Formats: sequence, C-alpha cells, structure tokens
Amino acid sequence: MVAADLQNLPVPVQEALLEITDPEIPVLSIMDMGVVREVTLDEKHVHIKLTPTYSGCPAMDTMAVDIKRALEKRGYDATVKLVLAPAWTTDWITPAGRAALEAYGIAAPLDAQSDKYALIDGERIVKCTNCGSANTKMVSQFGSTACKALFQCEECLEPFDYFKCLK
Amino acid sequence: MENKHKSLIDYLLILGDNSLILGHRLSELCGHGPSLETDIALTNISLDLFGQVRSYFQYAAELTGGEATEDTIAMKRVDREYRHTWLVEQSNKDFAYVIGRQFLFDAFHLPLLEQLVNSKDEMIAAIAAKSIKESRYHLRFSSSWMERLGDGTQESHQRMQNAVNDLYPFTYEFFEETATEKMMLEAGIGADLKSIETIYRQTIKDVFAKANLEIPDTPARKTDGKKGIHSEQLGFILAELQYMQRAYPNMSW
Ligand SMILES: [Zn+2]
Repeated sequence: MVAADLQNLPVPVQEALLEITDPEIPVLSIMDMGVVREVTLDEKHVHIKLTPTYSGCPAMDTMAVDIKRALEKRGYDATVKLVLAPAWTTDWITPAGRAALEAYGIAAPLDAQSDKYALIDGERIVKCTNCGSANTKMVSQFGSTACKALFQCEECLEPFDYFKCLK
Repeated sequence: MENKHKSLIDYLLILGDNSLILGHRLSELCGHGPSLETDIALTNISLDLFGQVRSYFQYAAELTGGEATEDTIAMKRVDREYRHTWLVEQSNKDFAYVIGRQFLFDAFHLPLLEQLVNSKDEMIAAIAAKSIKESRYHLRFSSSWMERLGDGTQESHQRMQNAVNDLYPFTYEFFEETATEKMMLEAGIGADLKSIETIYRQTIKDVFAKANLEIPDTPARKTDGKKGIHSEQLGFILAELQYMQRAYPNMSW
C-alpha cells in the first residue's frame, strides 16, 4: 500500500501537499508520513483522503485545516475525508521521512519484532539519535505523544523519543 | 427509524460507551498520576480510547441522522441511555485499582476487537482494525504493571490483590449477552461473547499467575450496565463530562 501519487497533479497542488507537516513533528511532511491516501482533482476542487495515525491523534484535525488553507491560497477548494481502512502503519513512513525523523532527534520505528524486544524485553537496540550508540534504555513506553516512547542514551546521556512501530 | 438501524446504533453505544467512560476515568488522572511515566501513559491510553469513541459515535450519528453528532451522543444523553459496563465506571481509588480496572478491560477489549475486525459491517471492521493496534499496547502496559505490583513489595501485592478482589466480580457482565448483542452476532456484525470469555479467563489465569495474584472466587456482581442501569458513580462522571455542553449548548472551540 503506497501513499497517494502526486505526479499527475498540477504543480500548485503538489506544492501545497508537500508543504504541510505534522504539527507535532514539523520536519515530517504529511506525504512522507504516508497519511495522504488518495488525491483526486475535479476542476479546481481537490478531494483528499486522509488516514489517521492514531485514532485519538489531535494533529489530524490541524492537518486537515492546514491542507485546505494551503490549497485555497493557490486557488483550489478542498474536501478532506478521514478514512479508517486500511489502517495506517509506520511502514508507510517513507525513507525520506525516516531520515527526517532521525535528524530531528526521533528514532525511526524498528520492525514489529524488534520493537517488542525493545519495549517489552528491554533489549538495547534502539540507536541514540545523538551519538548512534545502541546502549540505550527505555524510560517510558509512552512519550510526549501516543505514537512515541521515551528513551535515554547511556553513553551520551541524551534523552530522545522513539517512534513506536504500529502494525 | 428502521429497526435494523436502531439495533446497530444500540450496539455502537455498547461498544463505544466502555471506551468513553474508561477514557474519562483515566483523564481524571491527568497531572495526578503517581509518576510522570504512568501519568503520560494513562492519559495517552485515555486519548486512544476517546479517538475510538469518536469513530463509533460519528458512525452512530450518521445512522441516527437529523441533528445528531458525535458530541450530542457523547454529551447529551441521560444516565439511563449509557450502555457501558460497571467495571469501567469504578473510581480511581488508588493506582492498583487503576491498573486492575485497566487490565480487566484490556484483556476483554483485545479479543473483542480481534473478532470485530471480521464484522460484516465495514465501518465497525475498519474501526476495530484501527483500534486493535492501540489496544495491544494498552494490554501490554496494564499486564506489565499487574506483574510489577502483584509481584512487587508486600504493600503493592496486598493493594493489587485488594483491587482485583473488588473489581473481578464486575467482569462477568462483559459476557452477559443482551438482545442487541445476540441480534448483531446472528447478523454477522457483532462479536461472539462466549468464545471471547474463554480467551479472557485464560489471559487472566496467565497474568495472575505471573503476577503472583489469586483469582478471586467471589461470585459475579449482578449488574445491568449494558441495559442502562448504573451505579451512583455515573452521576458524578456525567456531571463533569457533560458540564460544558449542558451549560453552554453546542459550544465549541
Ligand atoms: Zn547517545
């Protein structure tokens, strides 16, 4: 399941969608997050299907508002529809998105099995975003938002967020 | 209103109200958790549950039509119209109660969602598929705390045992099938509570053993939350939950 393909859309629409980011992770565009599932154009009206990351994620409403605003600025109307199926998974975050997360100080999600080892069994496999050491420990299974867990590096002592695997 | 819709709406309330009321109880702990870690965890779980409720109620509002919205369903019903079980309205007496209540709910919620994923109702199936990923984290969190407290110090063990002694009798209500649930099961929309109960009792057995806790042999409490009969606790919950919408109808920000 890949994210919506923007290639055949007019450049202003592409630009608008690429500039919107998650309000809580401003380095991650909604395209890189994989939450934009479908974009169709009906003259000057853009229909967008958006899928929530977590069902209670307050950022979703903000993103919908931001999308409409960005498109209106470029002379387009927009309807944003929230779709639940298929449910979002962290696998939909693009490689560029993962790199942006790491650079921002949030460790990108591991695969489902490793995620379990790290969060439940306390295995030291989540790499510190500051120094790269895997000598890190989980501080809290839930971090600043529902999608993240809090870790601390035992080498450089830096605390950092880990984006939990959701599958 | 069509009878078929009426039962489906009632079923959505049975599904959603447990999450709404438990989510509210957890939200009371915001800023009051025993440690920063647990405070954040419990309020995040609360947020997940509210998110799930929004999906159920948006769907119920669509089926109801007219002026109904997710907010009117959440905030403007009277106590007898809420369909949650008694377990979730029990108060945050101490941290052991919070964990015990959470675990006893999560252990039911996860197998429930595992069945609803296959519901013939596409919307319910989609909500379940979304929620299930979150509920797995919830069950992991509550089980691990059951073990930490149950198998911890003498004090934490005693408190955890006291909490489950009080809460366990409420768990039977999950499996008492109402007419709505029976109808939904037969229509291929709802879950089969009997098979969930088997999984449930096994999860309880496993986690209680690891947590060094005794499964209480107290009899079931005869409660009818799913039919709208609640304890005095609900009045206090609704006073807070509904205050804004009752005082300033249709307000939003
Ligand atoms: Zn480090």
